[in-house]
Amino acid sequence: MKNYHIYRLFNDKVSILINKKALFTILILLGIAAVTFVFSTGTGEIRISPLQVLSVFFGGGTDTDRLVIQTFRLPRIIVSLMVGIGLAAAGAILQGIIRNPLASPDILGITGGASVAVVGFLAFFSDESNALTVSIHWMPVAAFAGATIVAFLVYFLAWKNGVSPIRLVLIGIGIYSLMKALTTLMMLLGPIYQASQANIWITGTVYGSNWGHVAILVPWILIFCIAAIILSRNMNILELGDDIAIGAGSRVQRYRFLLLMVSTALIGGSVAFAGGIGFVGLMAPHMARRIVGSSYGALLPASALIGGILVMAADLIGRTLFAPLEIPAGVFTASIGAPYFIYLLFKTRNA
Amino acid sequence: MLGNHAIETNSLTLSYGNTKIIDELELHIPKGEVTVFIGGNGCGKSTLLRSIARLLKPKSGAILLEGEDIAKLPTKDIARKMAILPQSPASPEGLTVLQLVKQGRYPYQTWIKQWSKEDEEKVMAALAATNLTELKDRAVDSLSGGQRQRAWIAMVLAQDTDTILLDEPTTYLDMTHQIEILDLLFELNETEQRTIVMVLHDLNLACRYAHNVVAIKDQKIYAQGKPEHIVNCQMVKHVFGMECEVTIDPLFGTPMCIPYGKGRRILQTRVPQNV
Repeated sequence: MKNYHIYRLFNDKVSILINKKALFTILILLGIAAVTFVFSTGTGEIRISPLQVLSVFFGGGTDTDRLVIQTFRLPRIIVSLMVGIGLAAAGAILQGIIRNPLASPDILGITGGASVAVVGFLAFFSDESNALTVSIHWMPVAAFAGATIVAFLVYFLAWKNGVSPIRLVLIGIGIYSLMKALTTLMMLLGPIYQASQANIWITGTVYGSNWGHVAILVPWILIFCIAAIILSRNMNILELGDDIAIGAGSRVQRYRFLLLMVSTALIGGSVAFAGGIGFVGLMAPHMARRIVGSSYGALLPASALIGGILVMAADLIGRTLFAPLEIPAGVFTASIGAPYFIYLLFKTRNA
Repeated sequence: MLGNHAIETNSLTLSYGNTKIIDELELHIPKGEVTVFIGGNGCGKSTLLRSIARLLKPKSGAILLEGEDIAKLPTKDIARKMAILPQSPASPEGLTVLQLVKQGRYPYQTWIKQWSKEDEEKVMAALAATNLTELKDRAVDSLSGGQRQRAWIAMVLAQDTDTILLDEPTTYLDMTHQIEILDLLFELNETEQRTIVMVLHDLNLACRYAHNVVAIKDQKIYAQGKPEHIVNCQMVKHVFGMECEVTIDPLFGTPMCIPYGKGRRILQTRVPQNV
């Protein structure tokens, strides 16, 4: 067992086995995430050196640096990180319960449900002069509700003496197309000005994030990530297929439902504040599987970190590459994601 | 009769939709022996095995594991007494042998107790029994068919149960590996007195390894007992619908079935009546 750390406490009542290589990889990813975080915080119209950024984090720095970092950049970067973590962890969970590397929040229609809710929100709550009749702060609530309702809908439509992975994915793809159609319909029916705003949301952007968002998103994502880590051994057994999982004494339907709920909460929280940032939930878990393997104790944290890095990087590129023009982060995740998806399909076809 | 039977069924009826597969079956599987279900394609032998493993809900009737109704036992308790290896299971990409075998400890673990000393001992013993200790850090999907099947068997062994069910454990394996897997299971029964119940397609291998054969035909048990007592031309004709000659395996003395049919004939010899 030289490749593992074994910890046993309280007379063997608490014990854990940790793969040294996976732990090392996760620490490296953590380092990359930290560097991206600091670098992104320092980059923009006003450049601030990494050391200055760190000194602001620890309460120092000039007034201008503090203003730029604390008021403008930090909330949005923290939201990017959290959204990336949330979408990637949710994608990893979905790939486990559906037992398909192509499963993702987008393909199950869950993100689509949030889009419909947001477009509907913008269409129904606008008056003749295109002004919203209710506060824009309700939009995340609408997105979250849309994601949750669709997740339940997919689950219950897929139910037939329990839910099987294949039914879940087929119903999910059906609902995904339906959501796409509904989104288009509502954008055509709604005022044109709102349509362009809706489009930015659908692409996914962390523009306009504030500390209020951070205060909701951080605990939300962390709580459900911890829940996912606690459930990780159940994902390990579910990934071996229903027969093996039942044989080993797992309550398959119960855990499949619980895990779907955890991933829905992560997706709902993420899309509520960043819109439909696509492909992260597909790419990150798949990359993570490549480098740490398929055991969820390592796969979840690795995939969450990769997701966080991807969205932080996408947002950094989006707000600097064509400055002063802002490109939504979702454009960049999609521009790496779409070719990656095709590569994945190609690879599984030849497997 | 408590104590003699690992598994019993009481008027067990199984069906897929409205199609009845097994009808009011009274089955007794002796403890500490190798039992093999045989029968033609679609006779319901795999379905029967799956229902015993609680992978399929019976239409009516009960399945008793060591005298207790499995419908009333918590699933984790069953998993500590009986393990199942279904037909051709698939492992996720890149999962190592150790990570797979470790899953056999699921019914003993909680989220804070994930690798106790006992877990480690049982997993190491399972790896040793299946000759996989050296390969434990290799990815399961990079192994050969025979090694892969041994890895799955090791997972089931790590579950540390008195009863092990296997659905066609030799499917897709070449002859060498078929024998290797069956030898391994036979040895487990010999040395540790584990009850082994499996479905096999090859009647001759069934005769060689099984203490007890259950022949299934028309939703019922056609015959059950030691192969040398029940396997004969008549039985093969009824159960498999095939004309054959039953002779004696020259190496093991167990019944050996030679089918009639077509084929090349090299020289005219008398069909041996007895060896």
